[in-house]
Amino acid sequence: MIFTLTVNGKPASLDADPEMPLLWALREDLQLTGTKFGCGMALCGACTVHLDGQPVRACSTPLSAAAGKKVTTIEGVGSSKTGRAVQLAWLKLDVPQCGYCQSGQIMSACALLGSKARPSDADIDAAMSGNICRCGTYNQVRAAIHDASAALTKGA
Amino acid sequence: MSSSRRDFLKTGGSAALVVSFALPLAAPKRAEAALSNRFNPNAYLRITPDNRITVVCGSAEMGQGVLTAIPMLVAEELDADWALVSVEQAPVDQAYNNPMFGMQATGGSTTVRGQWTPMREAGATARAMLVAAAAETWGVDAATLRTERSQVFGPGGKKLSYGALVAAAARQKAPAKPALKASKDFKILGKPTRRLDSAAKINGTAQFGIDARVDGMLVAVMARAPIAGAKPKAMNEAKARAVKGVRKIISIDSGVAVLADGYWAAKQGRDALAVQWDLGAHADLSAAKVHELLVSGANQAEAVARDEGNVKDAAANAAKTLSAEYEVPYLAHACMEPLNCTAWVKGDEVTIWAGTQSQGPAQGILAQIGAVTPAKVKINTLLLGGGFGRRFAPDFTIDATLLSKLSGSPVKLIYSREDDMAAGFYRPASLVRFEGALNEQGQPTLLRAAVASPSIMAASGFMQIPENGVDAMAVEGLADQPYEIANQRIVYGRAEPGPQVWFWRSVGHSQNAFFIESFVDELAHAAKADPLNFRLGLLAKHPRLRGVLELAAAKAGWGKPAPKGVHRGIAVAESFGSYVAEVAEVSVAKDGTPKVHRVVAAVDCGQTVNPQTIARQIESAIVYGLSAALYGKITHKDGRVEQSNFHDYPVLRMSEMPKVEVHIVPSMEAPGGIGEPGTPPIAPAVMNAIFAATGVRVRKLPLETAALAKA
Repeated sequence: MIFTLTVNGKPASLDADPEMPLLWALREDLQLTGTKFGCGMALCGACTVHLDGQPVRACSTPLSAAAGKKVTTIEGVGSSKTGRAVQLAWLKLDVPQCGYCQSGQIMSACALLGSKARPSDADIDAAMSGNICRCGTYNQVRAAIHDASAALTKGA
Repeated sequence: MSSSRRDFLKTGGSAALVVSFALPLAAPKRAEAALSNRFNPNAYLRITPDNRITVVCGSAEMGQGVLTAIPMLVAEELDADWALVSVEQAPVDQAYNNPMFGMQATGGSTTVRGQWTPMREAGATARAMLVAAAAETWGVDAATLRTERSQVFGPGGKKLSYGALVAAAARQKAPAKPALKASKDFKILGKPTRRLDSAAKINGTAQFGIDARVDGMLVAVMARAPIAGAKPKAMNEAKARAVKGVRKIISIDSGVAVLADGYWAAKQGRDALAVQWDLGAHADLSAAKVHELLVSGANQAEAVARDEGNVKDAAANAAKTLSAEYEVPYLAHACMEPLNCTAWVKGDEVTIWAGTQSQGPAQGILAQIGAVTPAKVKINTLLLGGGFGRRFAPDFTIDATLLSKLSGSPVKLIYSREDDMAAGFYRPASLVRFEGALNEQGQPTLLRAAVASPSIMAASGFMQIPENGVDAMAVEGLADQPYEIANQRIVYGRAEPGPQVWFWRSVGHSQNAFFIESFVDELAHAAKADPLNFRLGLLAKHPRLRGVLELAAAKAGWGKPAPKGVHRGIAVAESFGSYVAEVAEVSVAKDGTPKVHRVVAAVDCGQTVNPQTIARQIESAIVYGLSAALYGKITHKDGRVEQSNFHDYPVLRMSEMPKVEVHIVPSMEAPGGIGEPGTPPIAPAVMNAIFAATGVRVRKLPLETAALAKA
């Protein structure tokens, strides 16, 4: 089946199994490898992307569910004000270690800040606990979210 | 000269200074046996006329920061402008051997320990040649020149950038033994420094093993043998072939592979195969059987790891005796990036793209698989999405190479999370039986331990159990436990339930620190002594252990009231050349659920390279050990692994993350390791805090919260 979707602002057309997870369309067909495979069951968050602005786990989102929609990945998130601020905060606080989970962490953090400009620690726990980091960067992720929030709401 | 070697030396068509020399090899004979005789010398850095400095790193980056630490070592002695330093990953070559292993491999928290001197010498050599070049250019004595931020300064305000000197420097003779700076003159080492690899990990461009792409490659997913020795007895090949995109089905020793155009088709095909297995000798393996074998291993333990004083008399003369049995399960590494490797066996060349911790050994092994000479094996080391020891294993590189050879195509083998979880190479299950004794004054007079576990040495394929019968990794941290007790006897009994065992972050220390630091806490309690003071009193000859205990305790407020409902536990361990103490602050809810609020760690790792990395690695190691202590277990039922993914192999998540403080002891000692030493103390620190909170002594991991619930 042929599907058309918008990925990072550009139209994309794919001929693929409608049941195939969006993750593999992004990674293999579109060669956008920043979105990571971690568990295949929406348990770890490494594959988090935005679908029409909402965070979804690409490993468990069938391609058919993304048809006609706007997908934003780690490669494109920096073009939004929030995405840019989050990436800058991540860089400032030097968050990554192995780095494998960080695309998903950043995509979840952007979604959180999109819905709540000044998240509390409890909000961060709720929004980020679906993103596993085996290197244990959670405290740095938390600090970077607060930092990005402060930058985005400065003067507001 | 291979094309890679030419590319390596070629620097955009312009002159470049390439510093070459041979590294001392710790075990050259073994290395020669395992490796190719590829031509040396090799380069550790190059400088181009545009002033850019590229450091070539032979260690694998798995989050522990080697892609920053190695350049810092080189840049310090080079007097480089850090802003102009970048790093690239080395190919496989003996020049990049880990001096502590005698082969190119990353593990055992050895990179900085092994490269502290060689990489500084690489920088110092380049600096000396640049200075000599400037002296020649200006016709002055080299001794009158100084260097700073990638420039050479001479008399009368003369200065030349390193970039301007590369052609002249390349003609200079390398000094036989370049002078190294005194530590007090360090400008880069010992200063918190940002990682060189962060930007790529934040914008999605970082290339991990799983991101490799070769034109024409097929993606393989395997039905892997559920346990060592299992053989397929039936499968539905027709159904697998009917999946759109499936190209080939290939059986190899470790299982049956489905090769397809992409992962999804390969995975659908693999699932459609529905392989039925003859589980072989381990068909009845269960958690109960593992426990029985460990108990019998401890009962029959007679390989003597330590024997001091007279344990019989000590037991007979004791005022008080204690005995306890502790046990831990098998553990999976559960790296975020599932195991994978891309391989291409093309004619007489084998090329792989992988996140591997063991390039050197892989070169020898894959040469055999591909029936080529080791020199024809090219290894592209990509970033590792976690390693923790798991990526030291050769299973994924071997299978990918075999599948490429048999299919004639480039192949990317990807383990699903479930495959990764069930693939073995686990931290060994282990059981220990302790006896201890106290005299009338509450001083410990006896420590006996019988430890049983499978042997990593025997399983490794490159080590052997020594003649005394003691697997060194099964007893590390226990046989050499530091507490000064007059009568000690530590024995080992090998128990082999079947699953392949392997190195797991901090190896034997991961369980043995839990064992000894919990039992010492029991002794302290029996002696009615403060757990900190009790330890300090038994460490007269161990100032560095005392130092970290005292620092962690002081920073945590040990002895002062904790917040309401919060209790403290302490533990300490020496591992991989470093000393770490941790104080855990824990509360326990009525239903037995613990909450770790804060961990205060003190580390003495000698002279430091990058304090930022040290703090982050200790924090990382704490999280890794905490996940295992609270949740981690691999168990078997009817020969199969019961856990499959993060729902039944839970790991710590954001909402459970404690605050972590890391305090570094100032030291002029030789550098210690940092990737692993933070893990050993966390389980006992937390369980000792749980004892303080509840009076329940946790002797089996992972924690069973029901035992802590208040009736």
